[in-house]
Amino acid sequence: MNLLRTYILPRILQWALVIFVGISATFLIPRLSPINPVDEMIGRMTAFASIDPHAVVSMRESATALFGLEGTLLEQYGRFWARLFTGDLGVSFGNFPRPVSDIIGAGLPWTIGLLSIAILISWISGVFLGALAGYFHDRRWAQILERFVVVVYPIPYLIIAFVLIFVFAWWLKWFPLVGGSRGQPGLTWDYISTLLYFGFLPALSLVIGSTAFRFIMAKSLTTTEIASDYVQYAELAAVPKRKIILFYVARNTMLPQVTDLALSLGALFEGALITEVLFAYPGLGFVLYNAIYNADYNIIMGITLLSIAGIATASLLIDLLYPIFDPRVRLR
Amino acid sequence: MANDVLRATIRDLFRFSLSFRFGSIILMIVGILLLLSFFSPFESDDRRVVPRNKPPSQEFILGTTGTGQDGFWLLTFAIRNTLMVSGVAVLIGRTIAVMVGMLTGYLGGKTDRVISSIVDSIIVIPRLPLLILIAAILQGEMTVLSLALLLGILDWAHPSKRYRAMILSLREREFTHTAIFSGMNAVKVVVQEHLPFLIPLLLADAVAGFLWAIGMEVTLSVLGLSDLSTPSIGTLIFWGNYHHALLRGRVWILAAPIAASVLMVVGFYLVSLSLSEYLDPRTRLSRLTMEE
Repeated sequence: MNLLRTYILPRILQWALVIFVGISATFLIPRLSPINPVDEMIGRMTAFASIDPHAVVSMRESATALFGLEGTLLEQYGRFWARLFTGDLGVSFGNFPRPVSDIIGAGLPWTIGLLSIAILISWISGVFLGALAGYFHDRRWAQILERFVVVVYPIPYLIIAFVLIFVFAWWLKWFPLVGGSRGQPGLTWDYISTLLYFGFLPALSLVIGSTAFRFIMAKSLTTTEIASDYVQYAELAAVPKRKIILFYVARNTMLPQVTDLALSLGALFEGALITEVLFAYPGLGFVLYNAIYNADYNIIMGITLLSIAGIATASLLIDLLYPIFDPRVRLR
Repeated sequence: MANDVLRATIRDLFRFSLSFRFGSIILMIVGILLLLSFFSPFESDDRRVVPRNKPPSQEFILGTTGTGQDGFWLLTFAIRNTLMVSGVAVLIGRTIAVMVGMLTGYLGGKTDRVISSIVDSIIVIPRLPLLILIAAILQGEMTVLSLALLLGILDWAHPSKRYRAMILSLREREFTHTAIFSGMNAVKVVVQEHLPFLIPLLLADAVAGFLWAIGMEVTLSVLGLSDLSTPSIGTLIFWGNYHHALLRGRVWILAAPIAASVLMVVGFYLVSLSLSEYLDPRTRLSRLTMEE
């Protein structure tokens, strides 16, 4: 009961606040901009053809209704929320009249798959490599590894992805330049192997950057951890080094890393969007990229709303699972 | 006096910190390239002034582009513009961050709790989709300056938390009480007494701020959402892609901006790393014992 009040309830309140702030910002920003999307759209449609003025007026009316721009700002805000609760994100302008939720739904599994595999691999390898490099900090290989990580860490995902495309897809031709899979979707090895083949480089570009981030944090946590009494005691008691690192040091450094994962989900998601654009991987990033080119505001808006809600919910879930990992929170 | 301290600090950093040595050398190279842009024989929008699509040679160190521009001089303009965008963005972001951090840290209590939880929510919100939404709406009207403004407005939440923590500890110090008892008002206490303590942290943080801003400039430009007629690291990559530089085997058009961006971010990161190491009291202690 105490846990619920001191831990779970504040997290849920924070989650609600994130969603409220994020969605309100997404609502307000387009309306504060000096450009009216309706005029913009009609301008683009009438630029190449002469259209009957009556048709333009009715077009303006329907576009205003479509964007939800009728009435006062407060009325619009109310309707905006009402529509969101029914899961209605409007229709796409690029692929009229396909609903936005339909298009986003088609891209979502690709992004979630890519992202979850990349997070899993980078989190585990970052934590363990960081623990090893922190424990054996005076070894030559640990120092070389750290130098490498320090150089890789600040490089944006986009640049990493570019270099990978350049080396492995264009120069060595080991991997395909674009696409997500080949052949008939199904649970056959043929199809799954193409999934792995096409997904390898996009996932690798995400894994490199996020492993470097985890590694740096894991190493500094390990450096503090190995100074503590229990590690010295274990060393004096001749506990095997492998056991000290895996079962004592790494385990203790994992807890802050779980919390931090919840905070860094947003950055990882952004990385996935960019990677998908560059590899033309059929996820949300690629949908977004096409929407930018078609000036399909409803889709851009839908992806923005979904990513805010999705990231907030995912980090809430990680926070709520935290007591399972941390005995101190559990006992309290 | 202040100059002497600064010089001594830089000398110390150069002597003891490997990352500062490498980082500052890299940034110096970037700085020289930036300065060279002012001596360019061509304007940044001069087209067809050199033969098109020539690979790197003695005459054209970084080759030439499809629009007949010299790759090297174009790159110097790109570095200048990208650094200008990120510099303005960092300045705006840190100004907001300092104000929010000082306000919440000093006032404390309910105001602090309310603002802090809003800041915590803003941190979790992914910024790239929001940026794309804004940039897509402003498309066509986007200038170098409005991009800088936009990036600055979105990059203050994280640093403001660090400044708040610093102010929180400063508030409990003796001299704060002395200042209050001698009748200084809150604004004066914060600006005159607390801000000087914040400056070293602010410096390390501002250097790190360039990383995000450069990354976002490049990302938005590659998506075609910035002012594409102004050369920047991102727009060079955009046009390279647009003209299918890779498929046509004109690698140099893409390689130069990519290498420049890597150089820039690594330089900034190494310097910020060494600065925050230098500011960390624990590593300072080990450095003192080393000198003995």
